[in-house]
Amino acid sequence: MAEPILEVRGLVKHYPLTQGILFRKQIGAVKAVDGVSFGLAAGETLGIVGESGCGKSTVAKMLVNLERPTAGAISYKGQDITKLSGRALKAVRRNIQMVFQDPYTSLNPRMTVGDIIGEPYEIHPEVAPKGDRRRRVQELLDVVGLNPEYINRYPHQFSGGQRQRIGIARGLALRPEVIVADEPVSALDVSVQAQVVNLLERLQGEFGLSYVFIAHDLSIVRHISDRVAVMYLGRIAETGTDTQIYDHPTHPYTQALLSAVPVPDPGARERRERIILTGDVPSPANPPSGCTFRTRCWKAEARCAAEVPLLAVPQAFPSGPAAHPSACHFAAEKRVVPPAPPTPGDADG
Amino acid sequence: MLLEVRDLHVEFKTRDGVAKAVNGVNYSVDEGETLAVLGESGSGKSVTAQAVMGILDVPPGRIAGGEILFKGKNLLTMKEEERRRVRGAGMAMIFQDALSSLNPVLSVGAQLGEMYEVHRGMSRKDARTKAVELMDRVRIPAARQRVGDYPHQFSGGMRQRIMIAMALALDPSLIIADEPTTALDVTVQAQVMDLLAELQREMSMGLILITHDLGVVADVADRIAVMYAGRIVENAPVHDLYAAPAHPYTRGLLDSIPRLDQKGQDLYAIKGLPPNLLAIPAGCAFNPRCPMARAACRAEVPPLADVAPGRASACFFWKECLGG
Ligand SMILES: Nc1ncnc2c1ncn2[C@@H]1O[C@H](COP(=O)(O)OP(=O)(O)OP(=O)(O)O)[C@@H](O)[C@H]1O
Ligand SMILES: Nc1ncnc2c1ncn2[C@@H]1O[C@H](COP(=O)(O)OP(=O)(O)OP(=O)(O)O)[C@@H](O)[C@H]1O
Ligand code: SF4
Ligand code: SF4
Ligand SMILES: [Mg+2]
Ligand SMILES: [Mg+2]
Repeated sequence: MAEPILEVRGLVKHYPLTQGILFRKQIGAVKAVDGVSFGLAAGETLGIVGESGCGKSTVAKMLVNLERPTAGAISYKGQDITKLSGRALKAVRRNIQMVFQDPYTSLNPRMTVGDIIGEPYEIHPEVAPKGDRRRRVQELLDVVGLNPEYINRYPHQFSGGQRQRIGIARGLALRPEVIVADEPVSALDVSVQAQVVNLLERLQGEFGLSYVFIAHDLSIVRHISDRVAVMYLGRIAETGTDTQIYDHPTHPYTQALLSAVPVPDPGARERRERIILTGDVPSPANPPSGCTFRTRCWKAEARCAAEVPLLAVPQAFPSGPAAHPSACHFAAEKRVVPPAPPTPGDADG
Repeated sequence: MLLEVRDLHVEFKTRDGVAKAVNGVNYSVDEGETLAVLGESGSGKSVTAQAVMGILDVPPGRIAGGEILFKGKNLLTMKEEERRRVRGAGMAMIFQDALSSLNPVLSVGAQLGEMYEVHRGMSRKDARTKAVELMDRVRIPAARQRVGDYPHQFSGGMRQRIMIAMALALDPSLIIADEPTTALDVTVQAQVMDLLAELQREMSMGLILITHDLGVVADVADRIAVMYAGRIVENAPVHDLYAAPAHPYTRGLLDSIPRLDQKGQDLYAIKGLPPNLLAIPAGCAFNPRCPMARAACRAEVPPLADVAPGRASACFFWKECLGG
């Protein structure tokens, strides 16, 4: 990988669980994120997938400094931003911006679209002098495919997809280099989802942005990502390029997750092997010992309860597409997504 | 035919005018069959289902026309008491949000048992036994120990199973599941859909599955009805529809979903936005967004016409769509 623009090492976020009213006593911790490491190269998209509660949003919030890590380092161009404060922190934060999931609640209903998109300039006036802001905001509206004349409208006058564009325009206002998008299209209808995904891809090319793209829809993540990290209970279970993860997964959790995704092809019903996991995700306040996936894993053995598997390239696969980091003692390749059928066009011609 | 909806119209009085939520819906489902109803948010999927179940919000809602035939009898012209009896014994519904459809202060055992006490006149003790049986059937582990637990003590997937158990309690011949897995993670969605499909096969029920997920449809449905602006625009066996859609809207939807099995290029995006139900475009409601639209499409509403046995499309130019 090229010199990473963002590098995360051993990131941890524990939320204390307390008891008592007068004397609050810590009785444990929700291990929302429990040792996450990854790099993000300039111009690259890293997709993060995993089930509800696995810690995706908590990672995102730490990246944009909305949450303080319990431990670990987040380096932006070689500088650990968790150690910064004051002016130095502010300067770095400008370069890492967030786009949120919910286009219905993440925009202040009482502010005009112009004020919403221009708000970041209040905190960073150096980016756009006051007299220039209106023009900048109109430019941003145009960039995200909205009519610049809408600048004085309010959020409720827009559809979900349009609101998500407003959120994206706001994320772009400070000309960041990294955008952390937390489920940016999950709340949108299929037809509108495609419009927003295409917009994100176009902007990436135009402005050379790097994305951390969080979603639970594995198909969208494959579409948009260069590399993918699969999370389970606050840790990364497996990570690699989109082909490595989708076509050559080696971690049982990734395999189960992929096999559970419904594929829009009725013919695949017979061709597919489903791995149906039993049971539910354990509580992050009390995760299983050893491999945290062992309570649902069909391959679990005694060793899995005793020893935490490290995220590393499995010794059994020193090369080839299966040679990517997987946190499993018994990592083994298993293709669960059947190869794409030839497109009808090819068959006809 | 188990259920047949014919030319159903439903409107809502709103502050800004009359919202035509359902504008002549036709669909049917047979015993042992799964019909998927697919469409974007606001296309009228739930409102149609509510009209069938008799739980429409009236007022502001109003059934403005059409027939709902259940086992051949029109529910809309029946006497209230008969209608309630027919529905109570014959059909049940599963909602997206199990937590808000279950009573938070009653144990799940009490809620399941109540079905038998009220509808079958069973004693509390017998009803409890039945409740445990039901929980077993939907594979709640340790059902006997958990029968006294409250809804919040179960995970999202388990609550959805309890909803399924409630729906099954009185052996209905029709189940309507309105986005039963939308709120669940994929691994849990797979568990719940598997269970639902298995029970349906076992009991040979008719199942109407409302969803906006083309993947879920491909996985479980026999037939699919695509809705747009309160109408069915295409109705077909799933294999046929995925192989070659006969309506430009369906084609657009299929083209706009990213695939799990390949990286793909730019996604196709249907341009524009779903229509405002207070001002549905004249002619074909899809015309402002349709790449094939022409003058005829703005002049007249295209009827839902047969394109093959068991297949219909509400596009004047379905032949062209099928061909290209
Ligand atoms: N402020 C907080 N205090 C205590 N626990 C928290 C807090 N924020 C998050 N958590 C817990 O941390 C875990 C991870 O939450 P997070 O929101 O990061 O998950 P996620 O992967 O984004 O899930 P989703 O897909 O549902 O958005 C969850 O168990 C959550 O309940
Ligand atoms: N009680 C109500 N009062 C007024 N309008 C209503 C009411 N219920 C539904 N509608 C309107 O009817 C239209 C169709 O709604 P419906 O709930 O059937 O959509 P849907 O296809 O189920 O969408 P979704 O995928 O979002 O669930 C919507 O525009 C909605 O606003
Ligand atoms: S380490 Fe053991 S429990 Fe964990 S994923 Fe591998 S086989 Fe399963
Ligand atoms: S009738 Fe016309 S506008 Fe409507 S779907 Fe067909 S071609 Fe498009
Ligand atoms: Mg989240
Ligand atoms: Mg609905």
